[in-house]
Amino acid sequence: MSTNILFDAPGPRGRLRNNILTLLSVVILASAAYYVYARFDAKGQWEGEIWKPFLDVSTWTEYIIPGLLGTLKAAGISAVCALVFGAIFGLARLSDHRWVRGVAGAVVETFRAIPLLLLIFFLFFLAPSVFGGGDYTLIALVAGLTLYNGSVLAEIVRAGVRAVPSGQAEAAQAIGLRKSQVMRLVLLPQAVTAMMPAIVSQLVVLLKDTALGYIIAYVDLLNMGFKLIPAVHFGSLIPAAIVIGVIYVGLNMSLSTLATWLERRTRRSNRTSAAPIAPPGAVGEPETSGAGTLL
Amino acid sequence: MDDLIKYAPDLLAGFLENVKLSLICAVLALVLGTILVSMRVSPTPVLRGAGTVYVNIVRNTPLTLVLAFSSLGLSDTIGLAFSATPSTNSFWLVVFGLSAYTATFVCEALRAGINTVPLGQAEAARAIGLTFLQSLRLIILPQAFRTVVAPLGSVMIAMIKNTTVAIAGGYLMESAFVMRDTFDDTGVSIPIFVGLVIAFMAVTLPVGFVTSRLASKLAVAR
Amino acid sequence: MRARRIWAVLAVAATAASLTACGGGDESYSSVAEKLEKSQKVVLGTKWDQPGLGLKKGAEPEGFDVDVAKYVVKELAGGKDVDITWKESASSNREAFLANGTVDIIFASYSITESRKEKVTFGGPYIVAHQDVMVRTDDSGIAKPTDLAGKRICQAAGSNSYKRITDPPPDGELDLDAQLVGAASYSECVAKLGGNNLDAVTTDDLILAGFAGQAPGKFKILGQPFTDEKYGVGLKKGDTKTCEAVNAAITKMYQDGTAQQLFTKWFGQAQGLKAPTGAPTFEPCA
Repeated sequence: MSTNILFDAPGPRGRLRNNILTLLSVVILASAAYYVYARFDAKGQWEGEIWKPFLDVSTWTEYIIPGLLGTLKAAGISAVCALVFGAIFGLARLSDHRWVRGVAGAVVETFRAIPLLLLIFFLFFLAPSVFGGGDYTLIALVAGLTLYNGSVLAEIVRAGVRAVPSGQAEAAQAIGLRKSQVMRLVLLPQAVTAMMPAIVSQLVVLLKDTALGYIIAYVDLLNMGFKLIPAVHFGSLIPAAIVIGVIYVGLNMSLSTLATWLERRTRRSNRTSAAPIAPPGAVGEPETSGAGTLL
Repeated sequence: MDDLIKYAPDLLAGFLENVKLSLICAVLALVLGTILVSMRVSPTPVLRGAGTVYVNIVRNTPLTLVLAFSSLGLSDTIGLAFSATPSTNSFWLVVFGLSAYTATFVCEALRAGINTVPLGQAEAARAIGLTFLQSLRLIILPQAFRTVVAPLGSVMIAMIKNTTVAIAGGYLMESAFVMRDTFDDTGVSIPIFVGLVIAFMAVTLPVGFVTSRLASKLAVAR
Repeated sequence: MRARRIWAVLAVAATAASLTACGGGDESYSSVAEKLEKSQKVVLGTKWDQPGLGLKKGAEPEGFDVDVAKYVVKELAGGKDVDITWKESASSNREAFLANGTVDIIFASYSITESRKEKVTFGGPYIVAHQDVMVRTDDSGIAKPTDLAGKRICQAAGSNSYKRITDPPPDGELDLDAQLVGAASYSECVAKLGGNNLDAVTTDDLILAGFAGQAPGKFKILGQPFTDEKYGVGLKKGDTKTCEAVNAAITKMYQDGTAQQLFTKWFGQAQGLKAPTGAPTFEPCA
């Protein structure tokens, strides 16, 4: 239902009321914005001095871009690993063997329920005592992100394959395809198309979660931008937070836009007989509502 | 196992902080999220715009940064202070940041819920002369809430797990920090980790179970 | 079934790729001293976020630790110029980096403690820092550490310096009733100190001096040290040969006046800091 159905086209009195409301909200929002501006100003947060570092090319080449690359590296490796993990465990949950289903289900449900930061801390401290010394910041971060997001993706994969109408599998079996062929030739290609938007949404979550690496000192965008830049340029903490925030928002919003675009395309597409899978946590998908997915 | 027993009081105290944070944030996030969604469907374009901008910015910022900003920006710079006692103050700053963050997800879930309410409901509400707020309060939101109980449950579970990120907001009392501090002293301890995981599951699994039961019970047959 | 096998192969390939991406070996030497002597190459760990000690400014870090490190590795290489690869060594991963050779040698405000001695061989110390207290310049209410009773002091995640104020011995020292304000790092502590949400930051005076030096006139160090923090040179456990060589280099650094000169260069501005007169007493190499 489109939202403008909620209210009538306003009459004279309604228009007046709307105008008053508009005026009021503008005044409230503007005064809130001004208050923040003034307090920041009083603390000298708009002084050119502390913003100047961000006009400097070297700030970008030495800190922000390497940090961004660190973030993208962690996100990229985790995304690939999580997709593999998700595919394996998602398909395992659809297995005909009960014990395979059971084990995969237990793994997926457990990792979805563990707070990600707790998992990353644990892996970070566990790794050296199992594998000996080394730089485990990236590995702990990637492993944590993989296990958690992989488990969520496993649920998406499962839902995706299930969303393909059963007639498709039955027809494939009827023409004599083997089980693996049914999956590979008929179900998966359709499921992947249907899953695409949900997968991309989950990748946005994954990208955002890489920021947890900051807490274990992984050299990512937050670490470079939020720890090193203010250390080098005294007083630039708030400007750094704002600049880094803008970069994250920009990155995530472009990925989200891609997800929306993919979903629209899927809805129009005739390459699949399955409806698009809702991202976990969205409406109308009670199956995927076991544990949360957003961070 | 000895480690777990030795540090159990500290860990338990830490975990209770997570529970406290969760309870308060749950209430605040639901209220704030409902206000946000009302703004996003309101007849006033300015409010709609403000709601949209807020949701898109906050939702796409890593929670680590949101919490760091609420402690360093709101408290240190703007001077927002909830209490003269530092630890209480940082507790409420984390509550503030986490609620502001979670509210955007509540808002999105509710907006999706509003989209499932059939057109006729809103039209009928208008036909009997209800104003925007009345139709929202009496007709639309009650139905929307019923359809999004399960997704809201997911949002709440994510929020409970997110209370472990409180470190970023300078609140150093909850269980993830206690666990890390303990590992710093004694090295990694599997029983401590497993114990905490079980504690979290003991909270999140019932939430998931109850919300999905509620969801099927409350589902509007259409 | 084949689909699953393909995924399995992919998984193995991905793991292998990510492992090789991180790895990469080089020829081994019996000690860091030998490596420096023969190849003039070293991977050197410092802090990257500590003004005055090790701060990544542009491509390379700079600071007291960094300059001492450059002097020492040059001595170890027999006076020849050394090709240094800089690596950030945060407090949380210093021991691990040494143990598996991610870095060869660490100069990172690395206090020699009994528990660390079990995992690391320490050369030096090359300087002795002392825990001190930093307050806002206009704050006259705090003149000595015991004035911190009832005040708000900073607790930086992962650092135990605050315990010296709030806890009795053996963990602590003063056992005062101060209120703790949490922060993720000491830079955040200093930002909070500037923002009136905090009354004092307490940790090693050299670290404080670095921060104070960035904002001249804003903060003051009380100059009432109450502990000894011996900053050592972190080496892989058992590398006593390099340890001896490092100690010889540090002795020389104090004899030719470089140490005092570097101290003045980085901490000369700070009030309340005493420049060292001679090399500290070395810990036995073990």
